Amino acid sequence: MTSTIQEQKNIRPPEPISVLAPDGLLQPGMHLEESPELLLALYRWMNFGRLFDTRLINLQRQGRLLTYAPIAGQEATQVACSLSLQTDDWLFGSYRDGLACVVHGLPAEHVALFFRGHPKAGMVPPQVNVFGQQIGIAEQIPHAVGVAWGMKLRRATSATLALFGDGATSEGAFHEGINFAGVMRAPVVLVCQNNGWAISVPRYKQTASETLAQKALAYGIPGRLVDGNDVIAMYRETQAALTRARNGEGPTLIEALTYRLGPHSTADDPRRYQSSAELTEWKDQRDPIMRLRICLEREGLWSEAQQTALDEELRAQIAQSITAALTEPVPDPETLFEQVYAEPSPQLLLQRAELLASLKQSQRGVTFP
Amino acid sequence: MTQRNLIEAINDALKLAMGEDERVMVMGEDVGRNGGVFRATDGLIERFGEERVVDTPLAEAGIVGTAIGLATYGQRPIAEIQFLGFSVQAFAQILLQAARIRVRSQGRFTCPLVIRAPFGGGVRGFELHGDALEAHFVHAPGLKVVAPATPYDAKGLLLASIDDPDPVIFLEPLRGYRAKREEVPDGRYTVPLGKAAVIRAGTDVTIVAWSAMVAVALEAAELLAEDGISAEVLDLRTLAPFDVKTIIDSVKKTGRAIVVHEAPRTAGVGAEIVATINDQALFWLEAPVMRVTGYDIVAFPLLEDFNLPSAVRIIQAAKTAMTT
Repeated sequence: MTSTIQEQKNIRPPEPISVLAPDGLLQPGMHLEESPELLLALYRWMNFGRLFDTRLINLQRQGRLLTYAPIAGQEATQVACSLSLQTDDWLFGSYRDGLACVVHGLPAEHVALFFRGHPKAGMVPPQVNVFGQQIGIAEQIPHAVGVAWGMKLRRATSATLALFGDGATSEGAFHEGINFAGVMRAPVVLVCQNNGWAISVPRYKQTASETLAQKALAYGIPGRLVDGNDVIAMYRETQAALTRARNGEGPTLIEALTYRLGPHSTADDPRRYQSSAELTEWKDQRDPIMRLRICLEREGLWSEAQQTALDEELRAQIAQSITAALTEPVPDPETLFEQVYAEPSPQLLLQRAELLASLKQSQRGVTFP
Repeated sequence: MTQRNLIEAINDALKLAMGEDERVMVMGEDVGRNGGVFRATDGLIERFGEERVVDTPLAEAGIVGTAIGLATYGQRPIAEIQFLGFSVQAFAQILLQAARIRVRSQGRFTCPLVIRAPFGGGVRGFELHGDALEAHFVHAPGLKVVAPATPYDAKGLLLASIDDPDPVIFLEPLRGYRAKREEVPDGRYTVPLGKAAVIRAGTDVTIVAWSAMVAVALEAAELLAEDGISAEVLDLRTLAPFDVKTIIDSVKKTGRAIVVHEAPRTAGVGAEIVATINDQALFWLEAPVMRVTGYDIVAFPLLEDFNLPSAVRIIQAAKTAMTT
């Protein structure tokens, strides 16, 4: 009766907002309004994301990262969201939103450091308004709402954007956060990356709602269902939502329909639950990068030669970040006792002394990967 | 200098802090128009307005989660949880988020948040309204836990907690809110976190207590004195980090100790204090350290007196310690 392969139920949601169709052609009635510079920036970042992702998977397989949560397939949503942000806007992401974080200013090495389990991963440089890569599902949503609320209290023109997945919309923190956002009219954009899966649990098992976007109605805020692999539609919708937020019109929930082409993490085997037909369809026919490329080539903005040059350039850039991340020294164990509080407590000082004495006494010492 | 009870002292601290620093804001259920179900925030919305005194939706995790955002952004939110028992709804945000903002970011982001909540029994409160959950907070790295017993300490510790750069769980004694009035200075003053107070000097046995149990411990000490037993009473005031030195100095002097708390015995904060005394003063002890605590049960309102530590139980423990 139970099978290890789950077919995604054939629910037809309302048509998502779309500018660029999966085949790279503009939808009827749609026109390109974006500058070549912007389109190329979106394209460049998506390529970066795909290459970076591949590299990090390989590093994990080599044992040089503890684990990794791939983002392949979700590049359009992440890049569109982050490129829409201004410097003063704060980005709140999960462990699968490293690309978005990098686009908004987090050095790429911090993403690699995160999957290395290194404390430096969270040391976001000053002036970079990226609030971490949250591991607790949906926990970042109330934080994003709170910061937005603070911005409103201070009459700032900035806003916040929180990224989270379809699974997150089942967590209490999502509901409490979005509810607060509506009540406080907080200048926050809530972007749900519906990539079809929460590890092995398909989207239709998360909720009886036909879409996730319509949950916004329950909270009194606008909800937008968008083709998450259409980087132009995502950019326009995110911009519009940010503008609404800055104008005091409150929050927006955007559901970005996308697909997780890779496993949940490098410890997961999606062949146990994912149909290969579905995966193939999303991979071959709905790829976000390919459809923009087709569009750019049609507009005379891109060529094979440029692609080759870009790949080479991005690979070199990524290699530098990886090297920096892998060669970052492991801090001394006494640093574990710092930053728990502003000043270590007497108990922590005692415990630190105890650990150091133990290490000193021990003949075997400690080695780190 | 004015005579104030504990709730008035809290209210005074909030007024002062909000008057001095416009980043300070208060948020929670019923704290605005109603002035708080215990009137802790009485008069604040009239004085400081709706943006700074916020009636939130009924959602503890949402209250704490958004307060974390506000604090990280640079506001100084003071979130009220109506009864400590309801804070469990917000445990993920308190124990695993607020407590870790600083360490996760190695100090780039911090969370100067105060969460205030009343706790404790003795008022025939219904379930969830009296739960003493301090151990859960003490056990979470990154949180500070403060539990004043007196109006003077409540004001001074609350002002210090608001100033503190780390998240503070500020526990208020429900039955102590209006129990006594005392002189509380009108202006700003602080009582330092992490420092216990020796509120009654003695030589035979050390009684360590906090919050509503301090009055019970003092009552026991008075009665013990009539029987020729000199008890030293320590009001711990801060539970995390707690004042090890004052406890150890006292135990080394008396050789006997009793820890008193309402919370259930197993894995309560008392166990941590006993372990600490074991670590640092074992050979000064004349008798095992005793704990007079709530039992590992859920008491019904009509039976709560059997569960709450009483002066009688403390006296019995002291006499046992004296004759061991």
